[in-house]
Amino acid sequence: MFKRSEQDKRPPVQIFVDGVAVAAREGDTVSAALLASSCDARRSTAVSGAPRLPYCMMGVCFDCLVTIDGVGNRQGCLVPVAEGMQVEIQKGKREIGR
Amino acid sequence: MTQNVDAIVVGGGIHGCSTTLHLCLAGLKPVLIEKDYAGRHASGVNAGGVRQLARHIPEIPLSIRSMGIWEKISDLLDDDCSFESYGQVLVAENEEELAVCRARVAELNALGFTHEELIDGAELRRLVPAVAETCPGGVVSRRDGAANPAQTTTAFRRKAQQLGATVREGVAATNIRYSDGLWYVDVGSESFAAPVLVNAAGAWAGKIAAALGEPVPVETVAPMLMITSRVPHFIDPVVILRGRKLSFKQFSNGTVLIGGGHLATPYQDRNETVLDWKSLAISARTVFELFPVMRSATIVRAWAGIEAKMKDDIPVFGPSSRHKGLYHQFGFSLHGFQLGPGAGAVMAELIVNGGTQTRISDLGIDRFHPTTL
Amino acid sequence: MTVAPKREDYDVVVIGAGPAGLAAAATSAEAGLSTLLLDENVGPGGQVFRAISSTPVTDRNQLGADYWVGADLVRSLRASSAEVIHRATVWSLDRNLDIAVSVGGASAFVKAKRMILATGALERPFPIPGWTLPGVMTAGAAQTMLKSSALVPDGRTVIAGQGPLLWLLAAQILRLGGRIDRILDTTERGNYFAALPHALAFVTSPYFAKGLSMMREVKAKVQVVSGITELSASGDGQLASVSYVAGGKRETIPADLLLLHQGVVPNVNLAMSAGIEHRWDDLQLCWSPVLDASGNSSVAGIAIAGDGAGIGGANAAVVRGRIAARAAVEALVPAAAAKLAPMATLRSELAKAERGRVFLDTLFRPSPQFRIPTGDTIVCRCEEVTAKDVLDSVAIGATGPNQLKAYRRTGMGPCQGRLCGLTVTELMAQARNKTPQEIGYYRLRAPVKPITLAELAAVPKSGADVKAVVRG
Repeated sequence: MFKRSEQDKRPPVQIFVDGVAVAAREGDTVSAALLASSCDARRSTAVSGAPRLPYCMMGVCFDCLVTIDGVGNRQGCLVPVAEGMQVEIQKGKREIGR
Repeated sequence: MTQNVDAIVVGGGIHGCSTTLHLCLAGLKPVLIEKDYAGRHASGVNAGGVRQLARHIPEIPLSIRSMGIWEKISDLLDDDCSFESYGQVLVAENEEELAVCRARVAELNALGFTHEELIDGAELRRLVPAVAETCPGGVVSRRDGAANPAQTTTAFRRKAQQLGATVREGVAATNIRYSDGLWYVDVGSESFAAPVLVNAAGAWAGKIAAALGEPVPVETVAPMLMITSRVPHFIDPVVILRGRKLSFKQFSNGTVLIGGGHLATPYQDRNETVLDWKSLAISARTVFELFPVMRSATIVRAWAGIEAKMKDDIPVFGPSSRHKGLYHQFGFSLHGFQLGPGAGAVMAELIVNGGTQTRISDLGIDRFHPTTL
Repeated sequence: MTVAPKREDYDVVVIGAGPAGLAAAATSAEAGLSTLLLDENVGPGGQVFRAISSTPVTDRNQLGADYWVGADLVRSLRASSAEVIHRATVWSLDRNLDIAVSVGGASAFVKAKRMILATGALERPFPIPGWTLPGVMTAGAAQTMLKSSALVPDGRTVIAGQGPLLWLLAAQILRLGGRIDRILDTTERGNYFAALPHALAFVTSPYFAKGLSMMREVKAKVQVVSGITELSASGDGQLASVSYVAGGKRETIPADLLLLHQGVVPNVNLAMSAGIEHRWDDLQLCWSPVLDASGNSSVAGIAIAGDGAGIGGANAAVVRGRIAARAAVEALVPAAAAKLAPMATLRSELAKAERGRVFLDTLFRPSPQFRIPTGDTIVCRCEEVTAKDVLDSVAIGATGPNQLKAYRRTGMGPCQGRLCGLTVTELMAQARNKTPQEIGYYRLRAPVKPITLAELAAVPKSGADVKAVVRG
């Protein structure tokens, strides 16, 4: 859906999405890294299970919710990537008791 | 022009709405006056506990009467009010607390009340699997449960309106006066007159009573609640603690309501409350300790509803001690929601029949003012 | 790394490091007041100057001169003594000016003598059929990725809506080599006539020439369809096509990405949760705080600057930030205000910056069918409540947004009404034949952003709490 501009010279950062390595760049937010990758980053909602991707990318819509390093319901659009970060795509009410 | 009705009910909380509905059922034409909208304050934003458990003894008969109505609430209101009956459990965190529970159940049994039942650690964990291992037991009231408070209060108002009640929302009742056997109330540009006036104005009721010469020891409080985002189902009954301020309920949609009576600062004239996060943090710590599964849940909202708390924690319910045709129904002191349906029914009996079979004699305003009627 | 605030009390706490917040914090600190700037993002800039200190887009022409203005604001702030904390989420603010802020997973409480809220704007909800599908995003979302990560669309991309930001984004995407298949302009034809009386102020404003040249730049490369009267997205679990009606003719085109935009509205959640009075703005079709000429709100000690005070754009936001900060300085240390630009100068700068705004607001007033949905179109994204659900609730007695919560959990999900509040107000107003002002808005409560129970459990104990423990 999105591609990186060639002028982007930021150093690479590797994160893991549901255990699979994904290439990101330093300064990407988790959501930006997911949208720039080829992985299926669609979460499913807690209400109906409908698939969603980030909508606003500025911290207001909460459609970017992901589990980051074991903590659920983080706003992926506000959290910068870090080397080795473990990201899990949330399915349904996947918040506690995992 | 003054409109004549059979009764004027001031206050659109669950009590005012329930009384209005039951007056309609008895064939009267009441008017309900609410300065904001029905359920705007405590009645619409409380924890929704439908609880006979751990009540003051003087109000147990009213609570039992109410429970019977709750169990058929759909028949009454054409709305299920999201009422669920999974019981309420009082948790003892140690042996001392369990001993207090044992004595309480024995006292109730001696008075002939059997709704509270002592349970051991095994039964506690069967009912509340997520509770910390260290809790030795508690008390259960198995018919108790919870409902959606805003939905319930709205449903009472709606049904009352369908049965012919006049409802005025968004305008305060002012200039309450008595003349020639009738109560008069101004509502904006309108006036109503009736032989009966019910003071069910919640946090505002104390002022009305005082203005009519019946001051009572009451204060305005705003108990705080907070709710989590949807989490997987892990608990059915409502849980309250014996020794600490905590109540805890998971709704069928997965959200978990955390309450227990820590207070916000009310700004009654502005319809506003300022939350005290350091007290809410105490509730959070208690949940953190007792329900480890909840630690990573997120709190999405916190709030507080304005209501009246009596110094003795017992409501003011029944006829005035000074004025003919005046009835009080307020001061439910953080536990009025469950009583709403029954109190409305009993109030209608008092007004229409002049008496009731439900024992309410310890709740009257005559405990503060010897009757002069 | 992010660290907690250094003190418990500040003269001035500014929330938001966009144009207004950057200017306000620098001004306040320059006058010698202890100043804390709290911002939710990784770096300064807010939305308009997003990633101003870190953007990988190094060719300055691509983001445009208006963007790089932000670098000067950041320089001024950094030269000042203001304490700045990023990735700081303010989750509670009350009328006592008590602030709760989450930084790095831990919450702290600070108190301010004066507050300046510069929480800016968010994009107006655009509730069309299919707007929750993966592949449908806001134009602002695409611009955020473009500025902060040099990411541009590369699949079949449709941009739909109206307003200056839409054209700016399209120009930026093209300059960075991204793909746009079609632009669907939803501007109502009648708006051109309505806006005409305000055109003189606009043509003499700085927006005019820039706006025209940008539209020319985009139209040279992309097919633009104007006069769109219906719009919908469809697909099975993922956007597959966009359907629209223009001039009475329906067309459906395949698409991987649909970017929506119909202007921005004040981000009111924090201000409303603090009890600040807002009123419905009939021109901008949103809630705006009731403010005096210095930005002071109905809550003593809290001022609002920037687009959160009513949409005025970046230039106005900077001046509003300076005005609010100067007013704070005048209130706390009158003598120190002498160092700052005089209020009269600031007010005339503001008038200049706001020129042309009425024209834009009138021209780009979104059509009712794109604000007030019908049928199965989702209104509340969090709780998945449709327009029909809302209208059904109105039919059985829901009179306003707060009563609606009892029937449908609208606004009770994690976004706390940010994406549905305006829609619900207008939908209920239309259904009940009332004005939006009469219908009102959700009562917003803290936490304005969710916090974990563990984080709340870990906040420092109060004095009374400690005492209670000591007494056993």
